[in-house]
Amino acid sequence: MPDSLPMQNNLVKNSKWKRWLKLLLRSKTGTVGLLIVLTIVFVAIFAPWLAPYEHSVIDPLNTHKPPFWMEGGDMANVLGTDNLGRDILSRIIYGSQVSLLVGISSVVLAGVIGVLVGLFAGYFGGFLDAFFMRLADSFLAIPNILLALVMLGVFGPGLMTLILVLGVTNWVQYARIIRGEVLSIKERDFVRAAKTIGVKNRNIIFSHLYPNVISSFIVVATLSVASTIILESSLSFLGLGIQPPQVSWGTILSDGRDYLATSWWLATFPGLAITIAVLGIIFLGDWLRDVMDPRSVK
Amino acid sequence: MNYFIKRVLEIIPVLFIISFIVFVLVFVAGDPVALLLPEDAPEEAVETLRTSLGLDDPFYVQYGRYVVNMLQGDFGDSFRYGQDAMSLVLERLPATLELAIASILVAIMIAIPLGIWSSTKKNSSIDLVATGAAVLGKAMPNFWLGIMLILLFSVTLDMLPVSGRGSFSHLILPAITLGTGIAAEMTRLIRSSMLETLSQDYIRTAKSKGLRTGIVVYKHAFRNTLVPVVTIIALQTSTLIGGTLITETVFAWPGIGQLLIQAVNTRDMAIVQACVMVIAFFVIVMNLIADLLYQVLDPRIRYK
Repeated sequence: MPDSLPMQNNLVKNSKWKRWLKLLLRSKTGTVGLLIVLTIVFVAIFAPWLAPYEHSVIDPLNTHKPPFWMEGGDMANVLGTDNLGRDILSRIIYGSQVSLLVGISSVVLAGVIGVLVGLFAGYFGGFLDAFFMRLADSFLAIPNILLALVMLGVFGPGLMTLILVLGVTNWVQYARIIRGEVLSIKERDFVRAAKTIGVKNRNIIFSHLYPNVISSFIVVATLSVASTIILESSLSFLGLGIQPPQVSWGTILSDGRDYLATSWWLATFPGLAITIAVLGIIFLGDWLRDVMDPRSVK
Repeated sequence: MNYFIKRVLEIIPVLFIISFIVFVLVFVAGDPVALLLPEDAPEEAVETLRTSLGLDDPFYVQYGRYVVNMLQGDFGDSFRYGQDAMSLVLERLPATLELAIASILVAIMIAIPLGIWSSTKKNSSIDLVATGAAVLGKAMPNFWLGIMLILLFSVTLDMLPVSGRGSFSHLILPAITLGTGIAAEMTRLIRSSMLETLSQDYIRTAKSKGLRTGIVVYKHAFRNTLVPVVTIIALQTSTLIGGTLITETVFAWPGIGQLLIQAVNTRDMAIVQACVMVIAFFVIVMNLIADLLYQVLDPRIRYK
């Protein structure tokens, strides 16, 4: 008997994936979203092989070259070159690495902080709850980008600082959502029963509450990868995020802004890349919300 | 009234926590003396200045002094401008408010018709275009939209000024840039709020009485939708102010945002602190107003 169990598990797993795939294919925007996201992940991982040039190789004889369909452009630099002769397409391909890295890791960091605060504040209530919720109110009163700006000004710009700063400034939304859910779940019978039979608080939080709130977290987290990518590019655009020679979509845009009158493609394509990436993530996130949260109404 | 007092009192700890966060950040940022004196200043001059600025005092003494000064609106002098930081911020406030109000007006002009229209024709092609535009507006980085507008209207068509503040034509591009970002979120919320209202019993009653669709939509449905809409506008203050920071930089708009970003880059901490506190105070007050308006506009809501 025990021998048949793994196979059954496999079957369950398989049909679970199939069910998800079916649900996905039913939604056009969800499918498009997933395809965009997978493409960007693929591009980011294989950037060194996909990009025609290194992202920071300058070519003084080949500056301000327009995209291939314009006069003076050719297929050697499909999207043209910038003021230093760097290939725009290669820079955008490499830029996807930073955008995804910052987007995902800072959301994970914010998520860990937010989920822990939400679980503990919601479950224990009292002073702990009051303290964290006032702290959350304080963070909410300062626009995200403002707090991030000030922190980057204090700690100095850079990739690691950017991830930490965005992680620390964005925990509030998760904390509030998770706390709200915990407040209602902790009154349910299975939690009360667990308490009555003497299950430790720590175990109640992590084996009873946590599995019940994680799906709301995934939905919100997916959507906030999108807003974090925009925030990262804004901060890099202001010169307080990613520093050269590292390249992000925001820095390419910022470089291109000075040559708007002569080379429109410098500022246009990185912005397009951000928009498409964010659009894909929003589509995927919206689909996840529809599937994972039956209560949400479209 | 009780609720009102409670809400106002709640602001106090929040403002204190914010001031503490900002103070810690500035404390961590380190010694402003290095920025105030020339690099080859003698050791004693550095020490004298440190002592006279009170930088040798322990953390809690410095924080206490900071709070006392803050309560009087005094954040110290900007070392770049040599002026009181608070008055510098207040000088820039009208420009930021002008941009913010113009952007809200743009957002309202886009979002209300679009939201109503798409909700009354749910799942039609109009609805599809409206919701699509709203998603696109959310996905486009604001500063990029601004740059693209400059590219089109200033560089290519030469119709509007690239940057600065002055005439009405200077206001158009920044207001559209910031306004469309807010309109995206607003359209979505108006649409869903309208859809909810339109499914209510009193709408069906009004329709079955034989009232014209226009009257039902505007008098019965839209008026009731106004409650959440007004609240949303007030709650968007934080997003709006965040948006002005970057829009002001793109268009060289001489408001608080531009001042703040310059101050962050030059580590002019007096201005940074004054900016953060003014913005936070503003956001908190707007949120409070949203809360109270909600109550006034919808008599069904009574807080305890």
